[in-house]
Amino acid sequence: MSDTHDHAHPHNRKLTDPELRVKALETLLTEKGIIDPAAIDALVDTYENKVGPRNGAQVVAKAWSDPDYKQRLLEDGTAAISELGYSGIQGEDMVVLENTDEVHNVIVCTLCSCYPWPTLGLPPVWYKAAPYRSRVVKDPRGVLKEFGTKLPKEVEVRVWDSTAELRYMVLPKRPEGTASMSEEELAELVTRDSMIGVTEALSPS
Amino acid sequence: MNGIHDMGGMEGMGPLEIEKNEPVFHHDWEKRVMGMFPTTFAAGGYNLDEFRHAIERMGALEYLDSSYYEHWLHAFETVLVANGLISADELSTGKADPNAEKIEPALAPEAVPKIVSHGASARIDIDAKPKFKEGDMVIVKNINPSGHTRLPRYVRDKLGCIDKDHGVFVFPDSSAHGKGEKPQHCYSVYFSAQEVWGAGASANDSIFVDLWDDYLVSARDDD
Repeated sequence: MSDTHDHAHPHNRKLTDPELRVKALETLLTEKGIIDPAAIDALVDTYENKVGPRNGAQVVAKAWSDPDYKQRLLEDGTAAISELGYSGIQGEDMVVLENTDEVHNVIVCTLCSCYPWPTLGLPPVWYKAAPYRSRVVKDPRGVLKEFGTKLPKEVEVRVWDSTAELRYMVLPKRPEGTASMSEEELAELVTRDSMIGVTEALSPS
Repeated sequence: MNGIHDMGGMEGMGPLEIEKNEPVFHHDWEKRVMGMFPTTFAAGGYNLDEFRHAIERMGALEYLDSSYYEHWLHAFETVLVANGLISADELSTGKADPNAEKIEPALAPEAVPKIVSHGASARIDIDAKPKFKEGDMVIVKNINPSGHTRLPRYVRDKLGCIDKDHGVFVFPDSSAHGKGEKPQHCYSVYFSAQEVWGAGASANDSIFVDLWDDYLVSARDDD
């Protein structure tokens, strides 16, 4: 145990390296029959390799290509997203927010780090960290600028704080010059950050 | 509780640190912690509100000095003991009590795809009467409970407008403390940035916060 962590824990335990604590806890839970470590392996594989922002990009590209789908998506995000099979843990109740020339949406969870896992995957560190959570509700334009996103003054910036069990994702504006592009090509322009709302979708040029 | 976790609007947290091509996990132990969440949740270890409240009760310095998955680890160590799935002795020794009954894991590897794609909605299918409708002006109660709440400090006592009724959901302030689900309507509530942050904020901008019936009162004089 390192000296820097050698101070009292609130529950009278000594803090140790998280690696050791995790190993001890997993061993104990396994020994007691509470968990099967193979289930953890399967979950890790799922969120490392199967569930991620490419799912959300498919949703966005379909909405850009299919006006009926877009309407369903904005009216009932949960149902429209489940049409593509991207439902589940931390995406049970979804709301999709459309960015337009007049309105720019951005999502946050100031109280913890709520995030739409089935469409965007697990959140990046900056989304979970104090600087973003503390600042984006008060100075969204300043935060967006740090992501290279500058919005005209007349655009309304809407910040959505995920304080309940609704999970939000942004439908970014379809970039200019993409009229002839297929859904697959469009999906390549949709980044994770554009679905959080801190950037716009990529330009094809 | 007015904890360090409730950080909307605070200053001094430092610059954003944006990592290009960030991996899903930075350490192998983070993977195990992530996977402990659905597995211990399925085992009936806690509800989501108890889990969040365990994180909120971390010391403020420890909270700021540790990462997301360390917060989760702290929550498992706290709530699995509090709810009796493991004992404090077992946690400190790392050895299962030989007299304790061995159970079967609730989440088998084969069931993972189904759990991942279904999740567990906090929506409750009952016909509760909403206190408000879309367009109603509301004032957020100025409450400072010492227990769990999902009412952030920065909107307390502020004037808002009901933007959308999301339906009936578990009420976290009750559920986190073993006091039942207390199902009630949850709304998306609109606040102008200037109402929340004063005249210095952009006149164009707004904040939407999801709030339950119990957090709100009508802004109409005759109510």
